[in-house]
Amino acid sequence: MAVPKKRTSRSRKGMRRSHDHVAVPNVVYCECGEPNLPHRACSVCGNYKGRQVVSGDDA
Amino acid sequence: MRHRKSGRKLNRSNSHRTAMFKNMARALLTYEQIRTTDVKAKELRRVVDKLITLALRNDLHARRQAYKVLGNHQLVQRLFDEIGPRFAGGQGGYTRIIKLSQPRTGDCAPMVIIELTKKASDAPAPEKVEEKAADTAAKEAPAKKAPAKKAAPKAEAPAEETAPAPEEAPVEEAPAEEAPVEEAPVEEAPAEEPDPKKEA
Ligand SMILES: [Zn+2]
Repeated sequence: MAVPKKRTSRSRKGMRRSHDHVAVPNVVYCECGEPNLPHRACSVCGNYKGRQVVSGDDA
Repeated sequence: MRHRKSGRKLNRSNSHRTAMFKNMARALLTYEQIRTTDVKAKELRRVVDKLITLALRNDLHARRQAYKVLGNHQLVQRLFDEIGPRFAGGQGGYTRIIKLSQPRTGDCAPMVIIELTKKASDAPAPEKVEEKAADTAAKEAPAKKAPAKKAAPKAEAPAEETAPAPEEAPVEEAPAEEAPVEEAPVEEAPAEEPDPKKEA
């Protein structure tokens, strides 16, 4: 059975994990100034493509 | 193999799936805008677009076929008499899906709003009706009018910049808003929205 010969050092571990990160979502700015995901109705004001799509808690 | 088998199963039995889409089609035709998950909305398009195509055919057989889905004579009547004529001359594109920012709480399902592209609120026909009721004689006698849409006196702020599109003919009466369905080209610009009805 394959068994590690050496203990993984803190440096090695850090180097391995240097690529472990959460993807940063792309952000577009709504006309109301709030950051928002692209191709989606604004979660704050409910606008999409210049018209009110949703209102209230539906956004 | 999955060859030529389109459609999603949504982890439901056939009867469950059929019943669900019937319910959703009824809800969409009733409220004109419902909130649901992305995948269900994409499947629902197939159902509702076919229903509107039936409404455009507008014969007895089409009505009976629509009744098989809707199961409600009043809703069939509404589909054929109100909703269908809005889409006259259309080649599809009867529904629109708008993605929402916030996924559903609980399972993080991406949520959308699916709506009819032509709603009762932004069609020119209802405005014409209520205007006729207001002052019939003043406008109907001179039949010279082209569709004149000048700055509707109602609160249609979001519609203002887009609504006065190509078919623009400012006539002497400022609030004259007469857009007969048979003359006016179909309005692309959506007017203001009512409160969207919710549907999980
Ligand atoms: Zn916004």
